[in-house]
This record gives sequence, structure tokens and C-alpha cells, in this order.
Amino acid sequence: MILVVVAHAGGRVSRSALGLVAAARQIGRRGPVAALVLGHGVAGVAAEIAPYVDQVLVADREDLAQYDPQVWAAAVAQIAREGEADTILVTASRSGRELSARVAVKLDAALLEDVVSVADQQGALVAERYSCLARVTERIEALSPVVVVAIKPGVFAAAEPTGAEPGEQYDVDLALPPARVRVIGKVRYATGRIALADADVVVSGGRGVGDAAGFERLIVGLADQLGAAVGASRAVVDAGWRPYSDQVGQTGKTVQPKVYIAVGISGAVQHLSGMNKSRLIVAINKDSEAPIFRVCDFGIVGNVESVVPAMIEQIAAARLSPAGS
Amino acid sequence: MRILTVIRQVLDAEESVYVDNRAVDLKGRKLVMDTMDEYGVEEALRIRERGAEAEIVAVGIGPARIEEALRSALSMGADRAIHVETGEEVDPIALSGVVAAIANKEAAQMIFCGGQQADWDSQALGAAVAERLDWPALTWTRKLELKGNTLAGQRDAEDGVESFEVDLPAVVTTQQDLNEPRYPTLPNIMKAKKKEIRRETLESFGVALKVRNHGVEAQNRERLRQVIDGRDAAAAAAQLIAMLREKTGVIA
Ligand SMILES: Cc1cc2nc3c(=O)[nH]c(=O)nc-3n(C[C@H](O)[C@H](O)[C@H](O)COP(=O)(O)OP(=O)(O)OC[C@H]3O[C@@H](n4cnc5c(N)ncnc54)[C@H](O)[C@@H]3O)c2cc1C
Ligand SMILES: Cc1cc2nc3c(=O)[nH]c(=O)nc-3n(C[C@H](O)[C@H](O)[C@H](O)COP(=O)(O)OP(=O)(O)OC[C@H]3O[C@@H](n4cnc5c(N)ncnc54)[C@H](O)[C@@H]3O)c2cc1C
Repeated sequence: MILVVVAHAGGRVSRSALGLVAAARQIGRRGPVAALVLGHGVAGVAAEIAPYVDQVLVADREDLAQYDPQVWAAAVAQIAREGEADTILVTASRSGRELSARVAVKLDAALLEDVVSVADQQGALVAERYSCLARVTERIEALSPVVVVAIKPGVFAAAEPTGAEPGEQYDVDLALPPARVRVIGKVRYATGRIALADADVVVSGGRGVGDAAGFERLIVGLADQLGAAVGASRAVVDAGWRPYSDQVGQTGKTVQPKVYIAVGISGAVQHLSGMNKSRLIVAINKDSEAPIFRVCDFGIVGNVESVVPAMIEQIAAARLSPAGS
Repeated sequence: MRILTVIRQVLDAEESVYVDNRAVDLKGRKLVMDTMDEYGVEEALRIRERGAEAEIVAVGIGPARIEEALRSALSMGADRAIHVETGEEVDPIALSGVVAAIANKEAAQMIFCGGQQADWDSQALGAAVAERLDWPALTWTRKLELKGNTLAGQRDAEDGVESFEVDLPAVVTTQQDLNEPRYPTLPNIMKAKKKEIRRETLESFGVALKVRNHGVEAQNRERLRQVIDGRDAAAAAAQLIAMLREKTGVIA
């Protein structure tokens, strides 16, 4: 059995979960694909994933209402063992990576972490992943029969429904430990913009935009014109100009849009590791020696205060005048 | 109380990556303690400086050269170090068994671990160690305080900032901005030379590898690197927009 751990938020299956289903079908291992839905009030999630898989295993419990890696790992491991799963797929989001490591320990399994490809080769799972701050691609092989695979989000396109009857649902019984981390408060990020991971164009701002007001005017302003998502360097997040959820890089998000526009960002290796897979990279920086120019496709050596407003103005003007004229 | 801080040695962030014979070439390159691990050492020191009685033990697993990184931790203020020697690349799940065994032997109450390793880009070690010990883990911690036997603080979850409390023992994984790691002072560097580094062999831990690395390939993505002068802002903006229109279709 291939067990797919379904991430969900707000009562909906997360986009990445359908990517896991696609991976499960492509891996080349035999057996049914089972989706595991953990949470509280998740009947809708289970119904939503059912057309894509052979079986849906559901644990709908109050003590799963909060995501807690230790508790969830116990649940995933128990079900994997009882279902004799040889492959467990998890989204390599932050929470997913924490979960996958714990599940691997519990099952005495190998962990293939944050992989961009995975395939069965004569019974052994072989995968590729990026390492060294995403500067090299390494090839790794699992040495145990049971394998936990954390799959980099956005790598596998969403699966289509099987076309057969929706997978049958089973409620599972679990013996779970109590949660030990007490979450006593949470400030949620809400941006209301297109998500970084979903955008064709990302406009990212760095310290070079000056201050929070500059970020709003230049970066958000340009992103609005382009229908783009907004990203930020760590320096901007540390300064409190933008929330952490906007951060791109080693300790932030990984993005690979069609176009990535870096504005007032120096191009530190930790930042590059989050965006160096973008199809086209544009840099705007006043320092011609800035490292970002070494990895860009198109660069402007200039002041953001003059270049970006000129862009905003010209794009807006083009939109107002009839196309092609 | 005893605090372990896991120390890894990686290529300095300023160094370029060269691949030779399917391995990252480290010959003659500057190797340093992973910055993520510096945050852990610093945080442990601060916990002690705020009044907790604690012995701080740096733990490293790897070839002889990593003693330099352990020495750096001792120079910052760690009390002693344990070096588990091996030339083998041990995957995080296997490695977590070694760290957990040391934690048990040392009766540790807290373990600091880097949030993401700068060489393997792995986030697994901290969580895996916690699971082996059946401990909770606080990952991506941005603020930390020890009140009696309780750790309180804040961490970056995927969708917001969480405030948490947890009773010891616990694993804590670090990230940038948790603190500003101190530079070792000369007297502390001198003192560190006399501190103990206990050597152990990997074999004594009976580790079975879970993952084999078949080598790496450099990512050579050619970029166009067409860089223009932006002193005439309007002209430069027009050129960029024309390029985006032509090449990408993201502007109608
Ligand atoms: C097993 C598990 C169970 C969970 N259960 C709950 C729960 O019960 N309730 C709850 O509120 N939250 C839960 N979460 C967390 C929640 O699922 C995540 O916040 C959610 O996955 C984010 O939803 P999304 O659709 O925006 O991102 P997803 O599509 O799931 O992506 C997850 C991560 O990958 C990134 N990403 C996505 N697509 C791409 C792409 N194309 N390129 C690059 N990066 C990409 C996203 O930015 C994000 O960081 C759970 C997480 C896991 C792993
Ligand atoms: C363990 C670790 C993890 C990290 N993780 C991340 C991460 O995930 N993401 C990340 O981004 N960073 C990360 N960093 C930080 C990284 O090393 C850099 O410090 C950071 O990316 C710098 O941000 P910046 O480019 O905005 O600022 P700076 O490096 O200060 O660059 C600002 C740039 O703006 C230019 N500029 C200034 N004024 C103007 C103007 N008027 N017009 C045009 N250009 C101007 C300057 O020439 C300069 O190049 C991490 C660091 C560590 C140690």
C-alpha cells in the first residue's frame, strides 16, 4: 500500500496533496493508493480526496484538531503499520518535513527528504533532491524496505480523479499520545494576495527599498500592476516591514515562477537558494557589483526609487491605451 | 541541567560550490560551523547567563576536521565537546540514533539543533532526535525563555507565529534571528584550547545507514546576464517591459 498523508487547511484539501497522489501513481510500486485524512471535522476533506484514490482512511477526532507533529506521527505510523504500507508520502512543507522525520524514526524507515523526483528501481526507491543551499542535485537511495518520502511542493502536477468509483472510506481507531507542546497563541498571516507558490510572477523586495512604506509603494505597487505575488528578503522580514510568510530563501519559501523580479536585494546565497529555479530572473539594484547580477537574466543598475515608479507608470499606461497600438 | 548543542561543519556561505567526481569539493575551501548551529550555542549560553545552572556540551559527528567547529563552539563558551568520528556520510535518521544515545548517556534535558543544514539542506535531524527520545520538539524557534522547567517562546509555523510552552526535556531547532551569536574573545579562545573533546567511534553506536548518497551534480543553469544602465530610468523600464512582453508573456 502507498499511503498519502493529506495536508488540508480550512476544510479543503491542500493543493500539494493532489501532487502526492500523482507521485504515488508514478513511483512504480504496486498496491493500492490510500489517502490518510487526519483532523477534526474532516468529512469534507475525505470526500474531496476520495475520487483520486483507491481508499480513504479517516481519523476524525477532537485531539487531532490541532496539528501536532508528535501526535500526528504516532497516528501516521500506526496506520502505516496496520496497513502494511511500504511507501508513505508527505508534503515537504515545514510541518510536513517535521512529520516525515518522526514517522521515519517510528517505522525504522528511510527518509527521502524534500525530493524532486522518486522512482522504484528494482525494489529500491531512488530519488533526487537539491542540497548545498540548492546549488547541487544529489541522488539518494533508500536502504530499507519501508520508505517515507517528503515531496517538494509544486514538483508534481495535481493528479486527475481515477475515473473509477470514489475510494471507499474507512474510519480508523488510534491510540494517540497527548500533545505536549501547548500552543497558547497564534498570529496568523493574512495577505489576501495570490500565494507565492501559485504565482507566475513574483516581485520581491529587499533592504534596498528603504522602509516599510517604500516596500508598499514600490514592491506591492509593481506586483499589483503585474498581478504578481509579493516576496521579501530576510532583511525585510527582520526589519518588520513584511510578515515571515513572504520570505523567500533557505529559511523561507522556495519559489519557481516564470519571472522573479528582485528589487533592492543583494543576492545572498541563502536568498538565491529559494529562487534560483525561477525560469527568468530580473534584478534591479544600484550596485553593479551586487551578486544578484551574476544570476540574473536581465538586470538594471539603477535606483529603485526611479526605476520602479517608471515601470509602474508605463505598465499602467499601456493597460489604458488600446492593445497593440 | 545539561544542554547538548549539535555542531556541524559546512562550507562557508561565501564560498562557491565546485563538484569534483560527483562530490562537493571541499579541498582548500573555508569550512565553518553551520550558522544555524551558532544560534543554538548562543541560545544555550544565554539560558545559562540568565541564571539557569547548565553544563553545555557540543556534539559533532564527522571526520577529524570537524574538531575545528567543535573548538569554535568551545570558544564561544560551551564547556566540553564530544566528537563521534567517522568518514562516512550518515543520513539524518541514522544520525539521530547517535545523538539520542549521547543524550541518554549524558542525561541531557535540552538539545539544540540547526533548523536547516547548510550542506544537506535537511530539516530532519532535530525532529528525528526528538522522536527517538519521545520528546517534543520546538522547530523554527524565534524567541526562547526558560522559566523553571518550562520553555516558553515563539516559533514560525507555516501560516503564522505561534506562542508556545513546553515542559523539559525538549529539542529546540534554531533559525536566523533567534539571536546574534557572539564572537569568541581571545581569552575564551585560549581557554577553549584546554577544554575536553572526548572522542568516540561511530561503530560503538551500532548505526545502520538508511540512505545511500550516490553523489551530486552541479546545477549549471546558464543565465543571460543582460545588465543595462538604469540612470535613464524611463528608458531602462521601457526596455525591461519590452523584454518581459517578448520573452514571457506575463505582460499583455
Ligand atoms: C500532514 C499535515 C496535516 C495538516 N493538517 C492541517 C489541519 O488540520 N489544519 C490546518 O489548518 N493546517 C494543517 N496543516 C498545515 C496546512 O496543510 C498547510 O498550511 C497547508 O498545506 C498550506 O496550504 P496551501 O494549499 O497553501 O499549500 P500547499 O499546496 O499544501 O503547500 C504547502 C507548502 O508548499 C508550498 N508550495 C505549494 N505549492 C508550491 C509550488 N508550486 N512551488 C513552490 N512551493 C509550493 C507552499 O507555499 C507551502 O509552504 C497540515 C499540514 C500537514 C503536512
Ligand atoms: C542561516 C541563515 C539563513 C538565512 N536565510 C535567508 C532567507 O531565507 N532569505 C533571505 O533573503 N536571506 C536569508 N539570510 C540572510 C542573507 O544572508 C542576507 O543577509 C539577506 O538576504 C540580505 O537581504 P537584502 O538583500 O534585502 O539586504 P542587503 O544584503 O542589505 O542588500 C540590499 C541591496 O539593496 C541595494 N540597494 C540599496 N539601496 C538601493 C536603491 N535605492 N536602489 C537600488 N538598490 C539599492 C544594495 O546595493 C544591496 O545590494 C539567511 C542568513 C543566514 C545566516
